Amino acid sequence: MAPHTEQLTRPAARLRGLTRSFDGRTVLDGIDLDLPAGQFTALLGHSGSGKSTLLRAVAGLDHKVAGSGRLDAPERVSVVFQDSRLLPWRRVLDNVLLGLDGKDAERKGRQALAEVGLEGRERAWPSELSGGEAQRAALARSLVREPELLLADEPFGALDALTRIRMHGLLRELWKRHRPAVLLVTHDVDEAIVLADRVLVLEKGRIGLDLTIDRPHPRSYRDPLLGEYRERLLAALGVTEDQ
Amino acid sequence: MTATTTTAPVVTEPRERVRRPRRRSLSPGRRLPAARLVGPALLLAVWAAASAAGRLDPGAIPAPWTVLRTAGHLWTAGTLPTDIATSVERAAYGFAIGLVAGVVLALASGLSRVGEALIDGTVNLNRAIPTLGLIPLFILWLGIGEAFKIAIIAIVVYVPIYLNTHAALSGIDSRFVELAEVQGLSRLRFVRQIVIPGALPGFFVGLRLGVTGSWLGLVVLEQINATSGLGYMMFQAQNYGQSDVILVGLLVYGVFGLVSDSAVRLIERRVLSWRRTLSS
Ligand SMILES: Nc1ncnc2c1ncn2[C@@H]1O[C@H](COP(=O)(O)OP(=O)(O)OP(=O)(O)O)[C@@H](O)[C@H]1O
Ligand SMILES: [Mg+2]
Repeated sequence: MAPHTEQLTRPAARLRGLTRSFDGRTVLDGIDLDLPAGQFTALLGHSGSGKSTLLRAVAGLDHKVAGSGRLDAPERVSVVFQDSRLLPWRRVLDNVLLGLDGKDAERKGRQALAEVGLEGRERAWPSELSGGEAQRAALARSLVREPELLLADEPFGALDALTRIRMHGLLRELWKRHRPAVLLVTHDVDEAIVLADRVLVLEKGRIGLDLTIDRPHPRSYRDPLLGEYRERLLAALGVTEDQ
Repeated sequence: MTATTTTAPVVTEPRERVRRPRRRSLSPGRRLPAARLVGPALLLAVWAAASAAGRLDPGAIPAPWTVLRTAGHLWTAGTLPTDIATSVERAAYGFAIGLVAGVVLALASGLSRVGEALIDGTVNLNRAIPTLGLIPLFILWLGIGEAFKIAIIAIVVYVPIYLNTHAALSGIDSRFVELAEVQGLSRLRFVRQIVIPGALPGFFVGLRLGVTGSWLGLVVLEQINATSGLGYMMFQAQNYGQSDVILVGLLVYGVFGLVSDSAVRLIERRVLSWRRTLSS
């Protein structure tokens, strides 16, 4: 997929009046949202605000959930979960190739593993990988399919702070190379600010704040200008700095 | 750690002295070589010693060498090989039929709702009736020949294989189902690449129970309704008070059980090599 300029205006996903409820309790209350192709978006919100519900709806994983609305999503969607979700009975490379066809598949799989720094671990069992390595293998598995939209639900939530920072750099780099639209669910305001070009706050079942972060990459946690964004996001989440 | 030689270099001493609180390992540790043979060998030694010391009544428990000599006689006379062949054939046919039936039924009931509705309740009903209680009915249906024995063994084998495989198939981790959907797997691939490999550990539990069950069924059947085979040989020996022949029969049964269980373990270790368990 060669990047065209018009592609940036064509949305990778379009949500109109998307509603989801569990046992009569409305969790998503008419969401209108465009995710432009190639844009890196982060989704913030309180625990239980419905971030995962929204992501699972876009991924088409919510078969049994009541709801209405319109949803256009591209054909090639990849999902990265909080756990790496590698099949323990398949070696790392075979995990990356899960569901992939074609005679070129293996070469692509090896290349994807090399991109996430797992060259040479193709024949390892998932149980032999560290948490960070497993999550990198999961990233490779999602990228090898060349997704137009990459959905990630707290993909770094289970990692230690140091590994997480490394993974931020890796994800951003992979995004720059492959340019999928990204929807990254996170509860970490700083993670959202450092990584994303647009940050959404989910509140009471709607997009409460839609913030474009116009700062060059790579970003530092200590960039004072990012502090302003942080304050606005924290305020939208109902937290003030001195609390 | 009791290095008291005078030539010990002083420099290394502080390093040796560092006492790190080591976490106690909860895994049972490295396997002893041939660990599974230690217990039986000890038992055999006690038996031989007691016999040699004349502490055992040779009419009730003959000495190990008596048993071996009897086994040799029976073997050269040709009766033991025939009896063994008859018994092994029964067990093998029954086991093979039970294995295929258990796996096929478990797949049909674990992979389709219709199959589950038809099969699962029926098998559980079958399970509720002790299989050996079916012997009179099966004799009426199939006669006293080989067919009924094989049928009973097959039932004893298929039940645990079915139950464990079915439980494993239907207990598939929902996270992996989700993954398969995300990766766009077809139903066939989902079954072949996720459901079946995930159910293999459960299948092997059932398989080992099935193997044990086939020998158990064999022993019971041969001792009550047979005119040939190892059990019949032991039954006859009981009538003539030949405890050494009975022990030969038990010995052969024991070897069968040990060999078949080891074979299953070996296959299991090969197939499930991705597992990191305490026993690895
Ligand atoms: N399968 C379900 N059945 C019933 N209620 C559910 C189900 N899944 C989610 N919910 C409810 O929907 C609400 C939103 O859940 P969701 O998992 O989307 O929150 P979240 O924003 O992802 O939270 P977190 O940050 O803790 O992951 C919660 O109140 C939750 O209890
Ligand atoms: Mg969530």
